[in-house]
Parts: sequence; structure tokens; C-alpha cells
Amino acid sequence: MAKKINLIIDGIPVTVDEGTTILQAAKQLNIHIPTLCYHDDLCVAGNCRVCVVEMKGARTLPASCAMPVAEGMEIMTNTIKVRTARKHIIDLLLSEHNAQCTTCYKNGNCELQNLAAEYKISEPMFIDLVPFKNYQIDAYSPSIIKDDSKCIRCQRCVRTCEELQHVSALGVAYKGDKMKISTFFENPMFEVVCTNCGQCVNRCPTGALVERNYVEEVWDAIYDKGKHVVVQTAPAVRVALGEDLGMEPGEIVTGKMVTALRRLGFDSVLDTDFSADLTIMEEGFELLGRLKKALVDKDPSVHLPMTTSCSPGWIKFIEHTYPEYLDNVSTCKSPQQMFGALAKTYYAQKKNLDPANIISVSVMPCTAKKFEANRPEMRSSGYKDVDYVLTTRELAVMIKQAGIDFGELPETHYDSIMGESTGAAVIFGATGGVMEAALRTAYEVVTGREVPFDGLNITPVRGMEGVREASIKIEKTKPEWKFLDGAVLKTVVAHGLTNAKKVMDAVRAGKGDWHFIEIMACPGGCLGGGGQPIPTNAEIRQKRADAIYREDAGMKIRKSHENPEIVAIYKEFLHEPNGHKSHELLHTHYRERERY
Amino acid sequence: MTETKELVKRLADKHGRSRESLIPILQGVVQEERFISSETMTEIARELDISAATVYGTATFYSFLDTQPRGKYVIRVCKTISCSMKGKHLIMQELEDLLKIKVGETTPNKKFSLLETNCLGWCHKGPAMLVNDEAYTELTPEKVREIINEYMNK
Amino acid sequence: MANNFLRRVDLIFDQDCNFKDVLKSTYQRSNDDIINELLESGLKGRGGAGFPTALKWKFTSEQADVEKYIVCNADEGEPGTFKDREILFKVPLKVFGGMAICAKVINAKEGFLYLRGEYRFLLPELEKQLAQFQSILDELKIDFHIKIIMGSGAYICGEESALFESMEGGRGEPRNKPPYPTVSGFRKKPTVINNVETLVYSFMIFRYGAHKFKELGTADSRGSKVFSVSGDTPKPGIYELELGMTVEQFVEEFGDGDTKAVQVGGASGFCVPRKRFKDTIIGFEGVPTGGSMMLFNSSRSMYNVLHNYLEFFEEESCGQCTPCRVGCQQLKLGIEAVKRGERHATYLEQLQKLAQTMKITAKCGLGQSVANSFFSIVENFKEEMIY
Repeated sequence: MAKKINLIIDGIPVTVDEGTTILQAAKQLNIHIPTLCYHDDLCVAGNCRVCVVEMKGARTLPASCAMPVAEGMEIMTNTIKVRTARKHIIDLLLSEHNAQCTTCYKNGNCELQNLAAEYKISEPMFIDLVPFKNYQIDAYSPSIIKDDSKCIRCQRCVRTCEELQHVSALGVAYKGDKMKISTFFENPMFEVVCTNCGQCVNRCPTGALVERNYVEEVWDAIYDKGKHVVVQTAPAVRVALGEDLGMEPGEIVTGKMVTALRRLGFDSVLDTDFSADLTIMEEGFELLGRLKKALVDKDPSVHLPMTTSCSPGWIKFIEHTYPEYLDNVSTCKSPQQMFGALAKTYYAQKKNLDPANIISVSVMPCTAKKFEANRPEMRSSGYKDVDYVLTTRELAVMIKQAGIDFGELPETHYDSIMGESTGAAVIFGATGGVMEAALRTAYEVVTGREVPFDGLNITPVRGMEGVREASIKIEKTKPEWKFLDGAVLKTVVAHGLTNAKKVMDAVRAGKGDWHFIEIMACPGGCLGGGGQPIPTNAEIRQKRADAIYREDAGMKIRKSHENPEIVAIYKEFLHEPNGHKSHELLHTHYRERERY
Repeated sequence: MTETKELVKRLADKHGRSRESLIPILQGVVQEERFISSETMTEIARELDISAATVYGTATFYSFLDTQPRGKYVIRVCKTISCSMKGKHLIMQELEDLLKIKVGETTPNKKFSLLETNCLGWCHKGPAMLVNDEAYTELTPEKVREIINEYMNK
Repeated sequence: MANNFLRRVDLIFDQDCNFKDVLKSTYQRSNDDIINELLESGLKGRGGAGFPTALKWKFTSEQADVEKYIVCNADEGEPGTFKDREILFKVPLKVFGGMAICAKVINAKEGFLYLRGEYRFLLPELEKQLAQFQSILDELKIDFHIKIIMGSGAYICGEESALFESMEGGRGEPRNKPPYPTVSGFRKKPTVINNVETLVYSFMIFRYGAHKFKELGTADSRGSKVFSVSGDTPKPGIYELELGMTVEQFVEEFGDGDTKAVQVGGASGFCVPRKRFKDTIIGFEGVPTGGSMMLFNSSRSMYNVLHNYLEFFEEESCGQCTPCRVGCQQLKLGIEAVKRGERHATYLEQLQKLAQTMKITAKCGLGQSVANSFFSIVENFKEEMIY
């Protein structure tokens, strides 16, 4: 047990574990200390200095986020000294900041703005430094816009990119008054190793890093009478959208969201979950095919372990970082892109529409999906398969703009076709979900029996541990899968690219004997994606995960291969998993990119 | 192998490939090439297996790790108070006239770059300047002319 | 020296020191004995902060870690300071010797000397001296090695935790404290980091004994110290002087007869105006200094002096913390605006309040010390700031 430390904060005695910071101790007493550079998910920087407090006997005001408690310490969080210092610091930050709040994308959702409001900063106390700076805006990326004039140099983005993602596309450059957050040689984000994951966007306290938004483009498409606008919604959106519309984290808003999308004017409200089920069919059979090639045909060219390919952040990461393993990546497109390819082929045929007049919109918890939709590989329908990608946050903006009282909406169902889904698809939104869904289907395909886990819940692959291994023994197979009888299928799940790196380094070192690897670029999987409502932290992500598994448990059908629309599309259109048509529309290959 | 690759490899062999080797390698590049190009930084990142942005961020932190092309001889004139009091401006003017460039610029023949720098630690013998690593003190315009002449003929 | 109050001392530059004997005899003593002798001497860090050297060594020696380091801080960047250069030029062996003694006490096998990039020209000779030093250690069968690490032009790396960051290959950005270097320093291991001058004095204390050092100076400021004298003086240079003199005594010796102010401790130090010369002691009881003494006569504009300092800080701040990064820019632009009449003279009061905030909220000593020169110059030369 940790040693206990007694201290006094604002006259109130408190006992905490040794190693606790003043900030954490104050939180236990429900004393709020403002912060900017501090973030629950990141290591402590102690550089904004907004959280300073007065400490009895000390000449200086320590930053409460970085100062560990000590026995007998006396802390005051609200003295004239503290107030004056905080106001100065906020004022200094504002003097360096392009404070045109009314035209800022983050207006109303900015931590600096909130702090300025809290401290009633009125007349600027100091000289405006913005005219002296040569601030740049990098708006070349289809995913992320970086505006240095809004940056307060808290380095949350830099720590995110390094600690959580091991990418370090963003770093700190120069020093003194010239110090700035920068990519390599200040190249556009589009041209560097950035994976577009948007985790920096999730953690930027101001408008310095925001998603490129397509709200206007989507409204224009909706208003265009000549266009048939379909929208698909990713699994993780339904458990987070409510947060941006006044609800608590962890509320499931699927039905309300569908109603809202219809009211916004989309012609057809469909579900990425449908194509998630389809992904399971394609990816599951691809894995079984690779195993057969390896075990039966003894084909030396087969690439195992196979990794998932749903997460476009992960794809760009492996293109840059482990290009020699690109053949290990499943050739399946992500559910978003499978949906896109089918929307302008299968759906168009069935609905008797000219694909040229279809606008395909997706709502994603993700900024990398914007990049993915723009990839040259993603035009197999003959058109751009997905025209516009909105984040969960952008959808919330549209709902607000339309004057919809979201909380009061009735719940409705997705349209058909491509609106039916299963519990297996819903769990795609959580880390481990693709693995669980794939196992539910693959095991049953091979043995004819359900996976041997209570209530189909494959708990070993669930949870928030960064890397989780699980194995499943295959017994008493159907005759055609006899070569797998007695085999132990070894799997590993990782989320956050720092954890992905651990897994891939193990593979590279020959230390991982896995068959199947699930990797999601973002912490917690898509539910913690870069397009999800802000703020994010472990507690919020856990609530979203709980909601996802609740949604799964409540679904009538929980295995992808039992989705009636999936059965139908194979019968009518695709004919068989990994068949010719599938390869044409649903599979692709990625390419090596420069690492440095 | 390109020249850059060779240089970086040679420096990494000498200083090692850990994170601690980064600054010695960057310094080695500057000693040989007077500045660190984007290509060289990429190569260093590859050799040390760290991100290129990290290399860039480290290099730009240090005044002597130039990331702009520089001439063969980099002149750094001290601009801190004691040198400034002892006539640094006259020295600078003389240098600008001699080299026909302004502070921050490099001569067209890539021989000289003229920069200002913070305290060189020769406050009792100001004005002072460095030409590459060599320190020159108690400068007068005449003395500057002699020094530059010598370098011009090198 | 003509001045009766100023005592010139010749402790550290003395050339006929038998280096090997001192090292050998000290290595025969117990660690407690060594620490006690150093404690007895009253030696405080000569870099400016003035922490008792013996305690630094003691705290580090008490850490259980196997890996520990002794680092010599030769990143002398404070404007007006150039004594470390002179020490390293003239008596480098004594510096290495001080490190070796510390290494014995804390049980370190490796030592590092971080030399500022501006002094690279010293490197060839230093390397030669180091080789000689290592051969003496070999003779004495002492297992300790020193490596010289070069800086690359960043004042902030003189801040100890920034220096560690730089040694580890990163941007020289100061760390949060605690933990202090004695617990977590270079490579996050317990580390003693001492200024060049401190190490030489440590070595000399073991040559002459604590008493010889202790009999010099005052109760708060024991011993002598090396001063870097520059500015408006007929005698610029390096002087080893006994501590405890007043600024008046100093000016009497070094002034040009027209001294209006002395900046003690460089850009991060304090400006002492003529009216305070008499009652200001140079030392930890008065104005502390790392050794920089800059004299200004009445022909100088103190506005220009302050502006030069602020420009220096604006560039040399690491830039990570708000008060220092933005504060330095604001102070500089602020005095410009007042001088040009774009802001009322009362804006100086606002800036003084800002400087006060920087002093108590900046992350490291650099940011905290910008206020020193700002206050003391603005306070004492207000008219020069305005007109």
C-alpha cells in the first residue's frame, strides 16, 4: 500500500497517497484548479503555468499539476497572488493568440476561451503580439487543419503524437519567442508521417488543430434536388454523439440519430454496421483461406499473421513504418469504403438510380476516414466511393444548425437496403470488437457450433489493456475444415499506435506466433477516435465501450453471417466471400510510404 | 550510397545510434557542411530510428545547429551588452561593407555567412566574434579587414 | 592592489599544485571525512544559486542507485561571465580533479563536462589535458572516466535540468522540480552537477584544507570567488577576490571614476545604482553573483542596457512555459512602447507586476530571474525608461 500523506488545501485537511499531485489532491476535495497543458491521457508537462497555487513557505507558486504532495504541506488555491498570476498568464496567452473567437471553428468549445470568460478578461492587458508573428495555416490535409495563430504551445498534441501514437509527426521547434509546434521542416501535415488519426485534434484545447469540416458541402448536396444523398453511420458514433448534444457519456442514441439524419434531409439513412458485417465475412474467409494455404498447401508465399485493415490511421502507420508487412494486412477495405463501393453499385442497381447522381456521405468517429475516402484506391465504383466524411462532431453541428431538439426525438430504424446489422458489427466500435466478431463467425463456419463463450461474449479480447492476447482451440471441425482440427488460433489485439508498434516489433523480432492481429489506431478503438466529441479520457472511453457492449447484447442477431441482408447480398450480387466481385469492389492493396 | 548517407553513417559509427548521439551527430554535420539540410536530417532520423520532426525540433533549438545553408566561414558577431557598448555596430558595418551582405545572409560565392549571436564570453575584450570556432577579440574595423582578408585568401 | 578592503586571492590559478598528491591523499580519506571537510569550508555553488556543495554531494551519495554521475557545468552563458573559460584554459586538471573527488564520494564511475559551443576552440587542449588526467588516474588505479560533451549555442542549457536534457540528445528544456538532480539527473539517475569554479574550489579545499578557505569571506559567503569584470572599466578581466566587499569598494578599484551603476550577476542579476553602492554587499547576504560584474558610466543609457538584456532573454528562453516565453516578449515590447510614447509611463507599473508574476510562476530559474534586472533597472532609472 502506498504511503499516506497529510496536507491542507484551502484550510481543509486531506489525506492522499504518496506521489499524488496537488492538482489530484484538490480534485478529491472538489476544488477546481484551472489547467491547459494538463491532460488525463498524457504525461505532465507543467508548461502553461495556469494551475499555479500558493504553497506556504515557498517563494514561488508551484504548478499544481507537476508538484507532488508532501507531509504537512499547506496549499492555497485562491489567493490574491494566485489570482493575479493566473490572470497574467491567461492574458499573456491571449496576447500571443489570434483571438477572433467569433469566426473560429472552436468558438464555444475552446478551453482558452472558457478560461478567459471565467476570469472575466476584458480589455487586453498587454500588447497584441499576433502582428509580429508570421503565423501559418496548414490547410492542405483532407483530415486536419493546423492554424499556428490559435496555438498556445501547451504541447498536448506533441505529447499525444509521441506517447499515444509513437508517430511524432508533430514536434516542438525553435526556442524563445520563435518556439512553435511544427512538423518536419514545417512541411504540410499532408506530406509527413501524420496518420491523420486526429488524436491531437481531440486534445487541442483551442482551434489550432481541428478537423477539416465538410458541413457546407454536405448541406449543399442535401439541398441539391438532383442528388440522391445516402448517409452511413459508423458503430462508434451512436454511443458518443449524445455527448455533443447535451447528454452524458455512454448514452446509446442510435434511434434518435437515425431520426435526426432523416430530418436533416438525407434521402436514405443507412448503416456502416451492415458493411462491418460484410467485412467480417470477407476478412474471416480471407483468414481461413490464408490458414488453409499455409497448413494444407504449404504455400511459402502466404503472409501470416494477418492484420485487420479497418482503421485508416493504422493503414497509414504501417505504410510508413512497417511497409515490409503490407502483405500481412487484410486486403479488405474498411467498412466505410466497402459501403461506399456498394452504394454506387449494388444499392444503385437495386434502387434503380444513376450512380452519378448519388452522393455518399459517411459519419465517422474518425478524421483519418476523410483521408481514406480521398485515397486513389477508393474509386472502384467508377466514382469517388465516399464523397464526404463527417465526424461525429460535425454531425452534431448540423443537428444543432437544423434546430433539432435531439433529446426529444423519437427513435426510428435505418432504411433498407444496407441498413440491417448485427451485434457483431456494433462492437467494431470498441477495441477487440473486430476480433470478437470475426471469431464468432469463423469458429462457427469451421465447426458448425457457436464460439464456446458464455453468451457469445469473448471477454478475453475485451477491455482497455493496450495489448491483449487470446487463443481459441478449434475442435471437431466440419469435414472441409479438417486441417484446422485441434489447432489453436492465436490472436492479439492492440489499440493506440504505440501499442501497435509493440505488436509489430514483436512480429518483426519473430517473437509473436499469432495468426490474427487486430489493430485500431486510436485509444479504446473507434469509440476513442479523433472525430469523437471532446473531451476524451479513460473514464469517458470506458462509458462508451460499456454502451457498445450493451447495444450488442440487446441485438436480436449477434453474428455477422446471420444478417439477412448479408445473406441476400451474397445470393444476389457478390455470390461468395472473396469471390471475383468482392475482389473488384471490396478489396484493395496499400503502398509503401516514406518513413522520414 | 550518396554523400549524405555516407557522412551520416560515418558520424553514427563514431558517436553511436542512441538518442544521446543525436546532438554530437548534428554537430559533426555542421563541422563538415556548416548546416544541416532536410535530406541530412531525414538520414539521421533513419539512422537513429527517431522521428524526423524530433531531429528538426532538436536542431532548431540550438543556435549553432544551422538549418539554413551557410557559407564556408560562418561569422558570428556578439551582440550582447558589453560588445555592443564597445562598438559592435562599427564592426558589423565594416563586415557588411566588406562582404557586401547583410546580417543573416551568405555571400553569393558561399564563402561567408554573417550572423549575430548572444554572449560569446569575451566581455572584457569586446567587441568579439567567432569565425567558425575561432574567436577574435578587441576588434576594430582595421582588425576586421585584416581577418577577413586572410579568410578571403584561404 | 591599492584598495585596502579588496583582497586579491590566489587560490585556484596557482600553478605549482601537485595534482597527483592531492588526489592520492584525498582518495585515502573516508567519504564522510571528505564531506565533513567540504561542509566545514562553507563552500557554496559558484554558478550563482549558492547551494552548499557538500550537501549536494552528500544527498547524492545517499542514493542507493548503482549508476550515478558527476557533471561539470561549463555552459557559461550569462552575459558578462567568462571566468569558467579562463579556469578551463589555465587549470583544467584541477577541474577534473574536483570531479574525481566527487566521484569517489558519490561512487560514480563516469563524469561529464558540458562545454558551451562558443568555447569549442578550447576542446583540443582540454582533450590533451584529459588524457593526462586519465593516465594519472590509471597510475593511482582509480576507476573513473570523464567525457567532454559539447553544447551548441543555447543559454538555457546552463540550467541544470535543461543541461541533462541536452546531454540526453534533446531540446534543452528545463524539467519540473522536484525531483532534483541529486535524486534524478542525467539519464534520470542521481547526479551531482557543479559549476566549473565550484569544482576547482572543491579540489583546492582538499589541497589547502577547509580552514584556509573558511578564513576568507563572511559568515554567509565563505572564501573567495572569481569575478569577470567588464563594461566601463579601465581594468577589464578576471580577478579572484575575497567575498564580502561592498559594491562601493569594488567600484573604487575597478570603476572609471564615473560609474553610475553596476550590474551584478549578469542579465539575470541585479542592477545596483550609485546611491546603493555603499550598503550593498556582493555575496549571498547582499546581491549574489555567478561572477559577472558589469560597470556602466554616466554616458550609458540604462534603457539600452535593459533592452539588450530583454532581447537576450526573449531569444534564449526555451519557450516552453508561458510566463517566460510571452513575458519576455511583452517586457521588451512594453518598454519600447513607453519609450516611444505609445503607452503611458504607468504601463511600466503594469510591466513590473508582470515581472513579479514571471518571478514566481516561471518553470525554471531563467524565467524567474528575468525580473531581477527588470525591477532593479526600471526602479532605479525610471526617467531613462520614459524620456
